[in-house]
Amino acid sequence: MSNKHVNAVVVGAGAGGGIVAKELAVAGLSTVLFERGDWVTYDDHDDDELISQRTHPLKNAFGPDDERHRRVRVNADGSTSIVLPSEGGYNNNAACVGSGTVSYGAMAWRFMEKDFKMKSTYGHVEGSTLEDWPIDYFDLEPCYEKAEWEIGVAGDHNANPFMAPRKKPYPMPAFSYNREGKMLYDTAKRLGLHPFSIPMLRNSVPYGGRPACYRMRSCVGFACPVNAKCGTHNTVIPTALKSGNCELRTNCQVAEIMLNENGRARGVKYYDENDNGQIQTADIVVIAAAAVETARLLLNSRNKLFPNGAGNNNDWVGRNLQGHAYTGASGLFKDEIYDDVGPGACWAISDYNHDNDGIIGGGALCNSFVVMPYLFTRTRPPGAKRWGIEHKEFQRSKFKRIAHVRGPFQEIPNFEARVSIDPVVKDHWGIPTVRLSGSRHSYDPIGCQFMSDRAEEILKEAGAYFSWQGVGGRGLSGGQHQSGTARMGNYPQTSVTNKFGQVHDIDNLFIADGSLAVTNGGFNPALTIMALGYYVGDYIVKNWNGSKFK
Amino acid sequence: MFIPACSGYESTWRFFTEEEAKTVIAFTEQIIPADHDPGATDANVINYIDKQLVSYYTRFQDRYKKGIPAINKSSQRILRKNFYELVWDEQTHFMEQMEAGDLPEEYWKETDQQSFFRMLLDHSMQGFYGSPRHGGNKDYISYKMMKIDYPHVIGQNRYDKLRTKTHVS
Repeated sequence: MSNKHVNAVVVGAGAGGGIVAKELAVAGLSTVLFERGDWVTYDDHDDDELISQRTHPLKNAFGPDDERHRRVRVNADGSTSIVLPSEGGYNNNAACVGSGTVSYGAMAWRFMEKDFKMKSTYGHVEGSTLEDWPIDYFDLEPCYEKAEWEIGVAGDHNANPFMAPRKKPYPMPAFSYNREGKMLYDTAKRLGLHPFSIPMLRNSVPYGGRPACYRMRSCVGFACPVNAKCGTHNTVIPTALKSGNCELRTNCQVAEIMLNENGRARGVKYYDENDNGQIQTADIVVIAAAAVETARLLLNSRNKLFPNGAGNNNDWVGRNLQGHAYTGASGLFKDEIYDDVGPGACWAISDYNHDNDGIIGGGALCNSFVVMPYLFTRTRPPGAKRWGIEHKEFQRSKFKRIAHVRGPFQEIPNFEARVSIDPVVKDHWGIPTVRLSGSRHSYDPIGCQFMSDRAEEILKEAGAYFSWQGVGGRGLSGGQHQSGTARMGNYPQTSVTNKFGQVHDIDNLFIADGSLAVTNGGFNPALTIMALGYYVGDYIVKNWNGSKFK
Repeated sequence: MFIPACSGYESTWRFFTEEEAKTVIAFTEQIIPADHDPGATDANVINYIDKQLVSYYTRFQDRYKKGIPAINKSSQRILRKNFYELVWDEQTHFMEQMEAGDLPEEYWKETDQQSFFRMLLDHSMQGFYGSPRHGGNKDYISYKMMKIDYPHVIGQNRYDKLRTKTHVS
């Protein structure tokens, strides 16, 4: 039985894809939204740390599963190993309806003006592909606003003096600080810094028909038991489905974008929940599978015109894989500073995102999400014994007396940090798998050291009697903050899509996720991915003439 | 009617033999020893590991089957006893050597001693601090040790104060 032709196929029901599907469906386009995972709720994992998004040695409750998925990792010495989704080297994001927006920490950052102009701000960096975006902050500003109001953000629009100009306040008031956050707020004020309550995609008051957050400790890495965390799964995707124009197909693994001889996309080949091969044709194909899987899908879609993969005639697909090195410091305090008010992270400064003497870029610094007991076993000063009574004593006496200040350092992209297709290894369906290779740019540890020094200064001023740094290294970063593998640009020779996310040379094929990001900011990228979803969706709708695209 | 135990030897574990279990119990108790708070044995960490080795961790079976005898052979060579028969301080010292990769290499050709140590360490932590639904952390004893409220009722630790002041009905 063949599937009925539709106007649009969207692959990936995450931050970008959920939004595009809703924009298209509400505008009247018949849309099929593909998701390789399923719906996940709190009841599927409870507060089980061993299957959470943050630590998942047994499995990741948010997918994908170890049985059917694998990737190949090229190690530093050139050897390769097969990695499973539950293992760190896989660089997993998530595979469920809403994707990372179900389990994320939900920080709602707008990038800053300079984040879109990294090359003109800092100049060429040797060995990097640092570049300006083809769009600027003001092109995305209305989309940020739309994301903040449609998905829902709590924050104080006046609190961060470094935030780029904005037209509207946040729809919900800012969250209060927990005990640790209040301590760091006072500390930062003493240091002449500009602390503020982190803007969050989480209800501080009832919003969107869902209740307010009740401050769980197990928030990041888990679905919200009361649905107070705002993702695409409980906002735009239900809206899309209600429009009557969108069909969500879960447990469907898309294998290939079908291309025709005129260089256009015809639809997708996929495997349904019973592993049956199927075809879904469409007028428009939008890929939003996150940077790693989006690149894989493009690279696995070949024909005579695109022998190396869709949009890859200039070898830019899968390149410039970025995420973030997390860097900062930890401090021990004599008194208990933990008051069990989740999710933990509530305090931030943006003083060091740019304009740091001699440093390229920078990043936000925040206090940490609650480090749950198992993850806490890895939180130790350098050289500390990891087992025995020393281990136990640290667990029970330090858990409530520790603060972490850290943040994502803006990564300097490089061409060799990449996603390619492994020539041998295939997944459960026989689809060639991802091969991850390369590392972060050599500049990253320098910038991370700068950020960690700043973080430690703050902890010392706060009264930590002992502190130590965790400095980001050069390990390839393609996890939850993955981006950059289908960069937008003005020139086909040095990018994959134009400034609207439209793949060069394939005018009905779009990308709508973090893959488009030329650079990844010094912030958690979720809100920017959402803004890109609105931006690309708006362009498609405006250029849709009712029966044809352009 | 009383049915006597089977005449043949049979382990009470899913994966381990009795001898292997003794070794792993002694090892994990060193990782998280009992003091005024319970240790790995009290938390049933062995049950966690045994259970995972026949479910999520079947891929680690081979390393356990090779690693545990290597521990006891190394211990036999150095101290003429199996690891689980050593006194506490001997066990501690032995494990420090293993962590540093200083045990006789001849027994560790098939599996690396340091990486096996790290795996046992990690699996012990999972069993002690993870959700009891996986077979360890019996009655959330690690949460009690860390003074983390469980079950997690929001506002619980402030409820008593609140009730004395404002509770009506």
